[in-house]
Formats: sequence, structure tokens, C-alpha cells
Amino acid sequence: MACELWTAKLDTYLDGELQRDEELALREHLRTCSTCAADVLERMEMKRSIQSAAMRFRPDPAFRARIRQIVAVPRPARRVWKWRPVLALTAACVVLVAAVWTIHLQNQSRERHLVNELVDLHVATLASSNPVDVVSSDRHTVKPWFEGKLPFTFDLPELQGSPFSLFGGRTSYLNQSVGAELIFRLRQHSISVFIFQERAVGAGCAENMLTSELNFHLQSWSKNGLCYIVIGDVSPEDLQKLSALLKT
Amino acid sequence: MAVPQNRVASETFEDLALPLFDRLYSYAHWLTQNREEAEDLVQETYAKALKGFSSFQPGTNFRAWIYRILRNVFLTSRSGLKERSFDNDDDEAKDANYAADQHTPESILLERLDQQLVHKALDQLPVMYREALLLCEFEEMSYQEISSTLGVPVGTVMSRLSRARRALRENARRLQGG
Repeated sequence: MACELWTAKLDTYLDGELQRDEELALREHLRTCSTCAADVLERMEMKRSIQSAAMRFRPDPAFRARIRQIVAVPRPARRVWKWRPVLALTAACVVLVAAVWTIHLQNQSRERHLVNELVDLHVATLASSNPVDVVSSDRHTVKPWFEGKLPFTFDLPELQGSPFSLFGGRTSYLNQSVGAELIFRLRQHSISVFIFQERAVGAGCAENMLTSELNFHLQSWSKNGLCYIVIGDVSPEDLQKLSALLKT
Repeated sequence: MAVPQNRVASETFEDLALPLFDRLYSYAHWLTQNREEAEDLVQETYAKALKGFSSFQPGTNFRAWIYRILRNVFLTSRSGLKERSFDNDDDEAKDANYAADQHTPESILLERLDQQLVHKALDQLPVMYREALLLCEFEEMSYQEISSTLGVPVGTVMSRLSRARRALRENARRLQGG
């Protein structure tokens, strides 16, 4: 193809709009034609000049701010914000579960601490040379002994016909609160029955809770604002029998 | 440059339109050759584009869309009305000859092509040539995009570009005193 025919296509070539086959043919021509190659260079220079000239006008900053204001309409909720209530609810649930779990662990820890404390009191009483301050198998002797020593009163069961016997009683302290500790006997076993105000025991005084610690068995319940805890090394069944008597 | 479809779907008008602000302004200034009119033109373009954004089809060419709005606003403006007569010339009748534009720019010496001269040469172009040339060279739009922006066939785009370049070279040569 003659140069004059290529010349008409040089701008199209530089605009990147020439057909592939024509582009290849023109490139081949440019390798051998210095006139057309020089023409291409000059047109490229013209393109660059127009490109840099075109950015001659810059917007005023105040005008830019004005346009930003026009354009800055409230954005539609993005996907993440669509899920915001769900995320918030999930987060709230996680926090709630964590809080409940923490409270549960704290309660568990408190209960365990309470059990340990009561076991210690029971063992300390049995280890003492004077395990009770009032020694009597008569409930009408033991109960009055506590008068004036406790801010509450309690009833003692009739044990006649049962395998249990009353050995005596003493005052005891739990969480800076005074209470009663009664010692019952079942064969050669000693069983402590602690009676405290509920507020001294707190949430540890679960209804009919039966638990074990170091092979000691415990049962607790609440009645009339008082917390009863029975603890001993007898079988759980025997412990429950005594508990049943105390509940009557 | 077409905006990828997956971006358009999630992007707002602000995301798409603000990055084009400087170029739209410069283009508007080239069309109107007046700062105040350019600002009015751009502001009205943004307002119209924002209002009509719901009609913009995601996945199509946002740049061509907003430039088309700017051009339409321009054509109804005071400056645009003066220029409209140029828009109605018989392009196609002359297009048969655009391929025969064999004027080489040999007379334009590269070392003398200073910016000021190019500015003046561009200023002196009829607006219909100036806009086609700016969309091609400055915006680097494809012929198809220019066709879509100006609302004319691709063949007309090519003929306008050809004549714009020829006129620009002639202006530059005249300004050089050649």
C-alpha cells in the first residue's frame, strides 16, 4: 500500500481503533518507511500536547465543595448495615450468654466455696474435744439453749422411733452470720445440721440440693427464711431420711 | 473506560460521579470557554445526573452517560445554542473525503509546539470538533464511546476527528505564522 493510503489511517492507528490485520500491516510498513514513521511521531506529539492542554482548566475549590454537597446524598444502606440489627442482636446474645455463663460460674464457685466451708465446719466440730456446747438428746433442752444466741428460732423433730438421735448443739458462723449447728447420731456416724438465715448462705441454699464433697454428703433446703444444710458421712439415703424428719 | 458491572451494582452516584469532576469541569470549560458558564454547566449536569440516576442502567458506561448529559445541558445553554448550527452540518456528505485527509503535519515543528499554541489552536476549533477531539484525546474514549456520548454514528465520529485534527494543525500553523 502506498504511503498516502496509510497516512489517512495513522490517527485511527494511534487511537487504537484500527482493525487488527490493518494494524499489523501498518506496523510492517512503518518499519520500512521513515516518512510515515516520522509522521506517526509528530502525530503522537500532537496527541500529547492536546492531552496536557486539556487539563488547563482547574475547578475552584469552593466550586468543588459545592458539587460535593450536591452529590453527598444519604447513601443507601450498605449490605453490612442491612445486617446491623442481626449483628447487634447476635452480639447482645453473645454478651448475654457470656454474662449468664459468668454468673453461673460465679455461683458454682460460690456454691463450691460454701460446701467446702460447711465441710470444714463439720470436720472441725467432730475434731473438737468439745464438739457441742449443749449436750442433750432432748430437743426441749437443746432448742431453748439457743434462745438469745440466735436472731431466729427453729423446730426440732421428734426422733422417737427413728434411727437418729440428737447429740447436742452449738452456735456456728458462716459469712459473718451466726447460726445453729446440731449434731445428730446415726449408729457411730455424726451428722451436722446447720441452720442459718438464708441471706447468710445466699444462692448456695438450693432447694433440696444433694451434693457430695470429699465423700461427705450434703443436703440443703430453705424454709421460712432459714437455710438448712445437713452434712455427714452417712449414705445419701440416710441423709435424706434425717432431712425428711427435719422438714416435718 | 467502562465501569465494571459488578462495581456499578454496589456503587452510589457519588462513587461514580465525583472522580470525574475535574475532567468534567475541564471539558465544560473547553466547551463554554468561560469559567462561570463552565461551573453552571457542571453543576446542572450533576444535578440532572443525580436526579436521573435511577434511570442509569448498571453495567452500562457511566462516563459516556454523564458526558452525554453535560453535552445536552450545554446545547441548551446560551453558549450551546450559538454553537448548535455547527452540530447540524452535513457530516456524512463530507465523510467520504475524510479518509483522503492526507495533510501531513510536517510543517509543524515539534520543538515549536508549545502548550500555549495548542491551547489557542484548540480554542479556535468549532465546538463540534473540539468536543470530539477532547473526548478522544483527553478522555481517551473509544470511537464507540464518543459515538454514544455525542449521539452520532461512529463514522461521523471518525470524520469529525479527522477534520478536527486537520483544523487544529492548520490553526497551529497559522498561529506559528507559517
